[in-house]
Amino acid sequence: MNSVNSILELLSINPPGWGGVLLTGALATLLISMGAYFLGMVLGLFGAFGKLSGFRSIEWLLQLYTTVVRAVPELILIIALYYAGTDGLNRVLALVDLGPLEVNGLLAAVIVLGFVQGAYMTEVLRGAILAIPVGQLEAAKAFGMRPALRFRRVILPALIPNALPGFANLWMGVVKDSALIAVVGYQELALAARMAASNTKQYMVFFLAAAAIYLTITLISNQIFTALEAYYRRGQRALA
Amino acid sequence: MHAGTGIPALAVRDVHKRYGAHEVLKGISLTAQKGDVVSIIGSSGSGKSTFLRCINFLEIPDQGAFQVNGEDVKFRIGHDGKCHPASWRQIERLRTGLGMVFQSFNLWPHMTIVENVIEAPVHVLGVDRKVAVEKAHGLLTKVGLYDKRDAYPAFLSGGQQQRASIARALCMDPSVMLFDEPTSALDPELVSEVLKVIRSLAEEGRTMLLVTHEMKFARDVSTRVLFLHQGQVEEDGPPDQVFGAPMSSRCKEFVGAGSH
Repeated sequence: MNSVNSILELLSINPPGWGGVLLTGALATLLISMGAYFLGMVLGLFGAFGKLSGFRSIEWLLQLYTTVVRAVPELILIIALYYAGTDGLNRVLALVDLGPLEVNGLLAAVIVLGFVQGAYMTEVLRGAILAIPVGQLEAAKAFGMRPALRFRRVILPALIPNALPGFANLWMGVVKDSALIAVVGYQELALAARMAASNTKQYMVFFLAAAAIYLTITLISNQIFTALEAYYRRGQRALA
Repeated sequence: MHAGTGIPALAVRDVHKRYGAHEVLKGISLTAQKGDVVSIIGSSGSGKSTFLRCINFLEIPDQGAFQVNGEDVKFRIGHDGKCHPASWRQIERLRTGLGMVFQSFNLWPHMTIVENVIEAPVHVLGVDRKVAVEKAHGLLTKVGLYDKRDAYPAFLSGGQQQRASIARALCMDPSVMLFDEPTSALDPELVSEVLKVIRSLAEEGRTMLLVTHEMKFARDVSTRVLFLHQGQVEEDGPPDQVFGAPMSSRCKEFVGAGSH
């Protein structure tokens, strides 16, 4: 029964094999992760500069954001934000006499996970900005660079190498956290694996297959981050 | 020496700067004619670097009047009762004409030497990249770094980095060069190569303000020397007077201690 052939048959791309379902799930996982990651990056950038802005009220609000989001388990945040979010949206829609809306699962997943990522990114980016030697910014000012130009030509390239190790960690994190989206019924890789497993009763095969796919994503991502870091650290000397 | 004809390259009057209760600058004035090499000397904490940084507004003075090539810098009084630039655009434009050389070089580490040199000309002044590179090559040759043009700053010695940062400032064609202790962060054996470059700029007749601890050098290259003490100008005159026959006893003590 558990011969190599039957396993390959189970994992075949074409039905009755479940390989296609798994790959579709993997694609959904990647889409959710990337969407959440880039949304988080944007939130994090605003969050980091907001925290360093010197405006008390903005700093306080952002402190609340990063503290609460990082303190509460992701699973609870996802459920709370997803149901509260759709419920709130529909209440608002009802107020303006529009019927309830079926929230797109992918979009909701991206927004919820992106919101969570944003809190971590805020902290990673804040640290990365603070690590830029102040003299480099002064040089940019002294040469007449305007704030937008300073950001694009000096601050951004200087903070990227500082932020990349933290960013790589967060990417690994969001790929795995995307599995939590299964609790609100969106079929990404983890839910696809569970469905295939319960349909065929081959739990070991499908969970190991899912694990292998997660591992592949991670290994490829690692290569990309290593290459990125080498590129952005090209002007730096190696330690010792 | 200068009859005061024409518009001074830089005219600064009554600059005050305080950090909290500590008043660092207590009303410093300085007028530099075109071609002047003004050295600003004084012990640590005398306010000489702060004064230099007020000139290109890396520090915002609490009070003072500034004129660059005859153009008045506009200020407004903010809600905090302090002086603020009325137009950051004006400040940014004036900064392009004030070439700054920092104590710790402050080259941008993610750019090669030639990229550092052409960065502001291309992105701030809008000079054509090819033209800027051509010019940068000439300046790097002048400071003896043409071979290192494609290296990153971290792979250069301190003296080389400082020479590159001088080339970076020169590439803007500044009307005034500001040197903030350009050799203080260097190993002793690297000081002379940087001083040689600065000396050649002085001999070209460039207008320069030089905050320095190199007394012998200041005496050699300056047309004028300012001795600052506790935020005030204690002595101001030609180098032979300031170093040879200072009127203030503090200055006498300082240059006496420095030359031995």
